[in-house]
Amino acid sequence: MSDSHPVDVRTHVKAYIIVFAALLGLTALTVSVAMLHLSTGEAVIIALFIASIKGSLVACFFMHLLSEKRLIPILLAFTVFFFFALLLLPTAEVFSRGG
Amino acid sequence: MTQSTSVEHGSGHESQGFWRTYLFSQDHKTIGIQYAITSLLFLLFGFTLMMIMRWQLAYPGQPIPLIGKFLGEANAPDGIMLPEFYNQLGAMHGTIMIFLGVVPLGVGAFGNFVMPLQIGAPDMAFPKLNMMSYWVYFAGGVTMLGSFLLPGGAANSGWTSYPPLSDIATIGQTAWLIGMFFLITSSLLGSINFIVTIVQLRAPGMTFMRLPFFVWAQLVTSFLLLLAFPPLEAAACLQLMDRLAGTSFFLPSGLVVSGQVVQASGGGSPLLWQHLFWFLAHPEVYVLILPAMGIVAEIIANNTRKPLWSYRSLVYSTLFLGFMSFIVWAHHMYITGMGTTLGTFFQVTTMIISIPSVVILAVLIVSLWGGSIRFTTPMMFACAFLPMFGIGGLTGLPLGLAPTDIPLHDTYYVIGHFHYIVAPGSIFALFAGVYYWFPKATGRRMNDTLGKIHFWGSLICINTIFMPMFIQGLAGVSRRLYDGGAQYAHAQGVLSLNLVMSVAAWSLAIFQIPFIINFFVSIRKGKKVGDNPWDATTLEWATSSPPPHGNFIRPVEVYRGPHEYSVPGAARDFLPQNDPA
Amino acid sequence: MNIPYTSEVRPDTGVYNAKLGIWLFLASEVMLFGGLFSAYIFLRTGAATWPHGWEILNIPLATTNTVVLISSSVTMVMAWASLAGGNFARFRRFLGTTVALGVAFLAIKGMEYGMKFEHGLFPATNTFLAIYFTLTGLHGLHVIGGMIVNVYLLGPGSKMWRKDPQRFTNRVEVAGLYWHFVDLVWIFLFPVLYLL
Ligand code: HEM
Ligand SMILES: [Cu+2]
Repeated sequence: MSDSHPVDVRTHVKAYIIVFAALLGLTALTVSVAMLHLSTGEAVIIALFIASIKGSLVACFFMHLLSEKRLIPILLAFTVFFFFALLLLPTAEVFSRGG
Repeated sequence: MTQSTSVEHGSGHESQGFWRTYLFSQDHKTIGIQYAITSLLFLLFGFTLMMIMRWQLAYPGQPIPLIGKFLGEANAPDGIMLPEFYNQLGAMHGTIMIFLGVVPLGVGAFGNFVMPLQIGAPDMAFPKLNMMSYWVYFAGGVTMLGSFLLPGGAANSGWTSYPPLSDIATIGQTAWLIGMFFLITSSLLGSINFIVTIVQLRAPGMTFMRLPFFVWAQLVTSFLLLLAFPPLEAAACLQLMDRLAGTSFFLPSGLVVSGQVVQASGGGSPLLWQHLFWFLAHPEVYVLILPAMGIVAEIIANNTRKPLWSYRSLVYSTLFLGFMSFIVWAHHMYITGMGTTLGTFFQVTTMIISIPSVVILAVLIVSLWGGSIRFTTPMMFACAFLPMFGIGGLTGLPLGLAPTDIPLHDTYYVIGHFHYIVAPGSIFALFAGVYYWFPKATGRRMNDTLGKIHFWGSLICINTIFMPMFIQGLAGVSRRLYDGGAQYAHAQGVLSLNLVMSVAAWSLAIFQIPFIINFFVSIRKGKKVGDNPWDATTLEWATSSPPPHGNFIRPVEVYRGPHEYSVPGAARDFLPQNDPA
Repeated sequence: MNIPYTSEVRPDTGVYNAKLGIWLFLASEVMLFGGLFSAYIFLRTGAATWPHGWEILNIPLATTNTVVLISSSVTMVMAWASLAGGNFARFRRFLGTTVALGVAFLAIKGMEYGMKFEHGLFPATNTFLAIYFTLTGLHGLHVIGGMIVNVYLLGPGSKMWRKDPQRFTNRVEVAGLYWHFVDLVWIFLFPVLYLL
């Protein structure tokens, strides 16, 4: 781990605190949006959008994905592709019929 | 978490007691042999279940000779098999053959034993996890076997465990689910270990394009196990909830069983299970076949004494095959009333995935061209693999297209098709692997004459079993029939084939006897061999037979590709990968 | 015999063994939860009616739990950073806090479950509750698993710090990766089950 010298640890810590604040803010935001009781379609898009930002923050900073070399991002890219295939193909027909 | 402890491992083998050396060993070679023996026994057991079923199919309703009395009153009163018992045998035959036989033999045994040697590694990356993976597999096997003793017997809803039937089936189904949890955990631990080992522990100079094809096959297989099994685990959780917590994930509203409405909230869907199940089970067929292809490729290169024809196409096809295998699964579900949009998608992906399969087969066949072939026993099995897999693959094409699949689905045609892939396909390749690597594992060679008897007998019998299934299937005979179709008018013309197939199945058993004798006798009495009895190039032959703890006495370095046979100008007709010359 | 790259990074791949191992494991976990989310979508789109999460579930408790779990992720990564900076005492404080927050999460989750049961709401009641209990239950099991690892690293496992600090730091990093993943799953579970 080239990034584990005491020197960068301090900048790391600062980033963690900022990410923490952002996560709390986004949690507040998604709950408040839910209180508006929007239509299901809108609510789904907004909630998943916020959740994706939160998730990316966790992955990029807490899980150090930003500083990983190629191997792990490639692995995750494939996994995410299969994840969406699994998620969406079984229901694809319902969507394509507009149900 | 997933960390190895190699500290207590450094002490060398003399200091480890009996338990650590043979039973709870962390040495990949011992674990590989444990996997080999256990899975061969399971194959034999699964085959025995089928031989009992074949009696019922050949002589419906007649008492089973010899063993009929021992099957229990609940299963076969007066030795006559009950339909419920037939269903248990069928479901468990499929489950055992796939999850406890072929996969553990191809991956757990050969992958474990050969792969670290071929990449020049001292062991697996996580030896402790490797040991756990075997024992969890063992626990899964015990659970599956033990389920025969439960009230109502073992699982009886087919190896596919389709709900709603499986949701309301006897308790054996719960045991099946728990057994599957064990097996999924085992293959998860194994696949992580395999991938990390291949990526991290390659010897200096062993670049990816110098990996023996067998290692590539194991790598892709591990990814399939890693990413395709979890959705089945999710599905198994849901089915367990349905069975134990009374949920209705797979139970539609208003389901009627035996004339009564089922007391459940409803709102679920049996199709959900099928999606999650086949998301695993299609990649699973590549898990059954890829290690086999890896073995065949190594043996062909070695026995034709020339490099594989286009190693690169082999590698890229395998990678592409692995990728595509995740998005073809619903070709098993054409008859579920799938709409044309989705149906088109899956038909197209299925036709696309057949391309790399054909490329792989073509590469292997063309590799024979112009070789000075040595017809050793492993080579005979490897050569037979090619046309057998070809038949299996070609008969699969009509099943990938909805218009032809709909009449063929759930007939014996399907049974014939996939058995050509897994029995004279995978299993022949696995036999080839046993004959090929036996000298490495034991320091002795298996007998060639017994090997050839085993080969010719098996080849003839296995084709006599599975070829007639296509005929029956095309005549419309359904699979999973307790009487083999005797009740149906449309089956009458092809009914006599049942006896032919059954006799062939029992004869097949007889031709396994030379193999079993050969195996055990050769361990003690086989002809002694040196490090490299086949004049092979890959690294497993660059160490002693059997290799020591830690695999290589001196550090290995790799200078060349995996199959450099008959290189012009070289002193011998093979150049080992670690030969700097 | 020594397995290479247990604590040092392999130059051409850029990772040590356990880090690749845990990421592979997490990839499989993505597919495990993927299967369940897929089930959720399949059942919901096929259902005649589907309740809004907020009509049945307790939003304030779940929001609190979200904050608890996010905080535990921060303390987890701080525990690793302390170790990477060579401060063992600070590492222990942060990891201890992480475990405590894990306990808090489970306690609140338990309260929620208890309240549902009191109102006669069980997995068998309807498909929404069935998937709610399955998803949160499985997630809860993951939390418990992570806590066991963390307690081990706090207690007997921490002896390694003196013998092989690099390897111990790696272990904490690996445990952290898992713990953040559990947090990440919750970040999606919360809106999907409670807010939609
Ligand atoms: C060579 C010996 C074998 C024979 C004689 C044999 C025979 C059969 C037969 C006749 C059936 C149809 C039973 C029915 O529909 O009622 C069947 C089903 C099946 N076999 Fe085999 N088989 C053999 C080996 C294998 C192997 C090696 C595998 C897998 C690797 C396998 C996997 C299956 C599966 C998955 C089923 C479907 C079970 C179900 O309907 O749920 N078989 N086998
Ligand atoms: Cu398929």
